[in-house]
Amino acid sequence: MNAAPRFHLTKADRRNLRTAAPFILPWVIGFFAFTLYPIVYSLYLSFNRYSGIGDAQPVGLSNYRHLTSDPLFWKSLWNTLYYTGLAVPIGLVVAIVLALAMNQRVREVAIYRAAIYLPSILPLFALTFIFIVLLNPRFGFVNYLLTLAHGPEINWLGDQRWTKMSVVLLAQLGAGGPALIFLASLRAVPSDLYESAALDGAGALRRFRHITLPLITPVILYDLIYGTILGVQIFTPAYIPVGGTSGGAAYTAGPDNSLLFYVFYLYKNAFQYSDMGYASAMAWVLFVISVVLALAIMRWSKYWVYYEAA
Amino acid sequence: MTVLREAEKAPGSLVIRRPARPRLARFFNKTLPESLGPRLILILMCALFLLPFWSMATAALKTTQELSTFPPTFFPQSFAWGNFSRAVNYIPFGTFFMNSVYLTFWIALGAAISNPLIAYGFSRINWPGRDVVFGIVMATIFIPFPVLIVALFDIFARLHWIDTFLPMIIPAFFGNPFFIFLMRQFFLGLPNEISEAARIDGANELQTFMYIILPLARPAVAVVVIFAAVAAWGEFLAPLLYLQDESKYPLSIGLQFYRQEHDVSYNLLMAASTLIVIPVVALFLAFQRFFIEGVTVGSVKG
Repeated sequence: MNAAPRFHLTKADRRNLRTAAPFILPWVIGFFAFTLYPIVYSLYLSFNRYSGIGDAQPVGLSNYRHLTSDPLFWKSLWNTLYYTGLAVPIGLVVAIVLALAMNQRVREVAIYRAAIYLPSILPLFALTFIFIVLLNPRFGFVNYLLTLAHGPEINWLGDQRWTKMSVVLLAQLGAGGPALIFLASLRAVPSDLYESAALDGAGALRRFRHITLPLITPVILYDLIYGTILGVQIFTPAYIPVGGTSGGAAYTAGPDNSLLFYVFYLYKNAFQYSDMGYASAMAWVLFVISVVLALAIMRWSKYWVYYEAA
Repeated sequence: MTVLREAEKAPGSLVIRRPARPRLARFFNKTLPESLGPRLILILMCALFLLPFWSMATAALKTTQELSTFPPTFFPQSFAWGNFSRAVNYIPFGTFFMNSVYLTFWIALGAAISNPLIAYGFSRINWPGRDVVFGIVMATIFIPFPVLIVALFDIFARLHWIDTFLPMIIPAFFGNPFFIFLMRQFFLGLPNEISEAARIDGANELQTFMYIILPLARPAVAVVVIFAAVAAWGEFLAPLLYLQDESKYPLSIGLQFYRQEHDVSYNLLMAASTLIVIPVVALFLAFQRFFIEGVTVGSVKG
């Protein structure tokens, strides 16, 4: 509307705008009500002291200043980046390996594909409960299999060195989804490329490195960015094993707060300590971190993403 | 052997064709050995991905005594089927289940109505600025939902929506960027002539959408409904924030009640988890094709 002087709209343009308006209106309303307004509103709240009841009192930058000296904030940020830094690259490799396996010419491959994909659509809360049993040092299968293989005995969710690794492992159960996307892009690679490379004497590894890998880099980029955005919001697999609300406000999130992920701490501040202003400051920092990470990956990708000249 | 096969492929080569081997011999000499490696790897991968299911199903059927023994039994010694009825009675499972069904139904319905409508406006009508605005739609994918929860909670509190299902249900009626993208991809693939014909017949845009395009888009709408339903069934953070009264809890929040002060009834918890997982598995087995199509729709774009 305000752009009218700069853009000349023809009669057809205006008619199309009028026609399209009722279709896109639900999204526009939803975008303003449930995305844009909350973002702006939490920026406002982050400069206030607010318990959720009564009026907000402006406190300037004090919430942000408090962040820099809050050891639990730094701990939660570290835990989250540690988790994301492990889960995303591991998840990428797992998804590609699964996709390569699913691309093999085996007659009953559809059955394997279904079995590998299925865990990725199961509710995360149910998978978390299942994992608590699976990783139990006393009666879980994982440690039993480890002892059979003369591996170490690991107290997965009880030892602060392993808690985040447990969540990384849990996240791999969702690799079936990205693996299917990689599979689709593997299928799109023209087979004559492989044939001519094979004729030139390139082995399987070199064919993967020089043909497959460049052609799936756009999917790798998507997976890295989306995986990172999902990674920084990790919450459920930490909240559930810790015991949720039953322990009150004083409990730690896993041994030595090793499962105190960023969103978990944000949640505690907002809904257990009723410090909505402080939680809003945390929300905004998370927003900025997500944008910066996404943009950084995007820029970095210019050096390795291969776009077909089409 | 390899030399021979390559020579066969080379055009114009003078290789005398070998007599066809019997199929059975071919299977044992060539097909089986070549596919044995990949097959073993695939079976191993499946075993890893199905281990959690196995762990859940067996723990659900073990007695409390058997579950606490080491080493764990890979197969229950006796089937404690009673765990399932105990699990259902231990917590108000029926209430939680119905709340989950209710939420899932409305969220899926909201997704089915809103996303085709919105996607139509972003694909079949060519209005100025459309692609820029669509870029904003896609950009919202990268906003982590937890960034919004504090402000959203306060907004919903002012609307008196706390402790109702509305904060989960209403946003579903305003579209989701993933589903808008998915539907848009589908609409872009339909030839323009269909809409032209409808317009010549005097249909307005809404009629064209309702009576011509939407019936054609049923498979894509099915994909949206299935994914929305699966996501709603597993929703955890939103109900945790917005619901307070236990009688309104869905299964995701209700499962915590298997945990007592220092004790968790793991076999009951796993029995309940089995009951929660079964509908998803059934949905997947019934509509496998839609799931696969939905996941790979993004890669069609190229």
